[in-house]
Amino acid sequence: MSRPKKPDTNPAMAFERPIQEFEFQLSELEELAETTHLDISEEIVAMRQKIAMAIHETYADLSAWDQVNVARHPDRPVASDYIAQLFDDFVELHGDKMYGDDAAIVTGLASLNGRRFMLVGHRKGRTTKERLETNFGCAHPEGYRKALRKMRLAEKMGLPIVTFINTPGAYPGIGAEERGQSAAIAENILEMFRIKTPILTIVIGEGGSGGALGIGIGDRVLMMQYAYYSVISPEGCAAILWKDGARTAEAAEALKLTAPTLIELGIVDGMVPEPPGGAHRDRETAMQTMARVIPDHLDELAQIPVDELLSARREKFRRIGALADRFPVLTPQEPS
Amino acid sequence: MASSKPEEEAKPSRISRLRFKKKDMPGGLWMKCEGCTTTIYRKELEEKGMVCPKCRFHFTLPGPARIQATLDDGSWTELFADLTSLDRLNFVDSVPYAEKIERTVKRTGQNEALLCGTGEIQGRPVVLAVLDFRFLGGSMGEVVGEKIALAAETAQAQRLPLVFFTSSGGARMHEGMLSLMQMAKTCSALAELSDAGGLSICVMTNPTTGGVTASFASVCDLTLAEPGALIGFAGPRVIASTIRQELPPGFQRAEFLMEKGQLDAIVSREDLPGMLAKLIDYGTASWQEYAGRGRANAALKLLEDERQKAPGDSSPEQAVDGAS
Repeated sequence: MSRPKKPDTNPAMAFERPIQEFEFQLSELEELAETTHLDISEEIVAMRQKIAMAIHETYADLSAWDQVNVARHPDRPVASDYIAQLFDDFVELHGDKMYGDDAAIVTGLASLNGRRFMLVGHRKGRTTKERLETNFGCAHPEGYRKALRKMRLAEKMGLPIVTFINTPGAYPGIGAEERGQSAAIAENILEMFRIKTPILTIVIGEGGSGGALGIGIGDRVLMMQYAYYSVISPEGCAAILWKDGARTAEAAEALKLTAPTLIELGIVDGMVPEPPGGAHRDRETAMQTMARVIPDHLDELAQIPVDELLSARREKFRRIGALADRFPVLTPQEPS
Repeated sequence: MASSKPEEEAKPSRISRLRFKKKDMPGGLWMKCEGCTTTIYRKELEEKGMVCPKCRFHFTLPGPARIQATLDDGSWTELFADLTSLDRLNFVDSVPYAEKIERTVKRTGQNEALLCGTGEIQGRPVVLAVLDFRFLGGSMGEVVGEKIALAAETAQAQRLPLVFFTSSGGARMHEGMLSLMQMAKTCSALAELSDAGGLSICVMTNPTTGGVTASFASVCDLTLAEPGALIGFAGPRVIASTIRQELPPGFQRAEFLMEKGQLDAIVSREDLPGMLAKLIDYGTASWQEYAGRGRANAALKLLEDERQKAPGDSSPEQAVDGAS
């Protein structure tokens, strides 16, 4: 468990203040025990219990907006953490072979517990330099085209695909528009319905709108417990609908962007549980969970004949929305 | 939307010929041109098909006027006009979304932002789907997405070319992730149509942005645009505030997009029906024997049901109650 040396000053994480306070006190106690050799083990145990309680209480009742901030937490595991710490092997493959190599999307051959697959994920940096290089996880068209090229390669090589979604959104800039941001995303969405190999999609942090969906058409779409997936950022929604960019908490609530609601709406298939207090507090446990979840789903998907897989993939997204229920005639039929 | 039921019952026919009214045009007596900032007398503008006489800027056409300008007189049959939004998130901003929808339905006289149906362009039968910017900015929610998918399936079932006209701000945020997923749904239906050999053409008109540009509108076989149309992924204001720079002149306009290789052609409003007819003539022979996955047949059956449905039948809401 990584413990902060002093309470986090990030205002967005204010709801964690009581936990951070206890964690800070615990680190002081531990330091005291080490330097003075006093026997304060009982106090330390009591403090650990206090922390566990505080975490339990705080996280049992997170608002949607708090959860968005957990999803954005700088210590939360990002694609490069899974690559470095979870995968047994990773061969990065660069470039869209048309224009450039977008650092905001990482693609490559990966193996985990004996399963091989193509990883396609948004990349967010941890240091300031990395964050600037990756545009804070906002991809350009060349990033989406790189993703599609590697997915086609996976299809050819008979490998399944795992996509990690973690982006505030696709990059809104001059170059992105010139090179066809819309067309790149749209083409990825359409072509992912044609890729003849299993696709497992996991929202590991931020699921920001079209930029997320551009690598988000999966046979299974999972979300980590404190990830969010939304049509627009709470900030953007508040600015447009409430004409007040500060009313983010209301917007986050209204947008219904958390895993349980999206599962209920039939948009997300399952939730990957996070350790108590979120993946940013205990990356190790988060990795261990993922080490089970990814192989389990890949093994299940591998059992399904590819024609059925493709047909089910189209059907799954075709049916999202209540309208299919209103018109029973639209339930799937055998081709006649 | 329980309060809208009496109005639904009052409607004369489910597949009604649309009546095109001049008062559907946006704005007041004088209108300012987005292209050259000239103020134009509205009547003059209407006579010129809502095209600026000075700079040829093409004003956004309301859905019904677009249909009239595109199809042969009397050939239009509207389909799936019944579908209305559900407000499944109980979304409230300044006013509840359900109320917003109700008002917009009343103001525009149509149930949703997308008008879809069959008709003829200079004698060529087509499936036509038109986004109407007057209806919540032509935004795509569940109903719009569903109707686009149904339009694609109808085109497949009836072996007709599919023509879109878009003007939209993007995904409808009042429907949250259900809106975003319409991008996936519409692309899935277009993949299906394309695999069957069907031809799809999208005409992007001013403005077409966000989730509409980033989904079905950009994956049609042919992408046309009207002169001067604003087309993009992000809106110009969002881009300007992100990069903190002034945007180059003409940025995100149709001419800019064509220069960057993103459009097949820019076509003036008056030339559009002729151009569409010509393109359709080039593309008719491509149909494949393709079993599909049953959607197209389901759409066909739905069309048949819709035709047979007499006015006063159970409304869709009641149908759900009955089914559950």
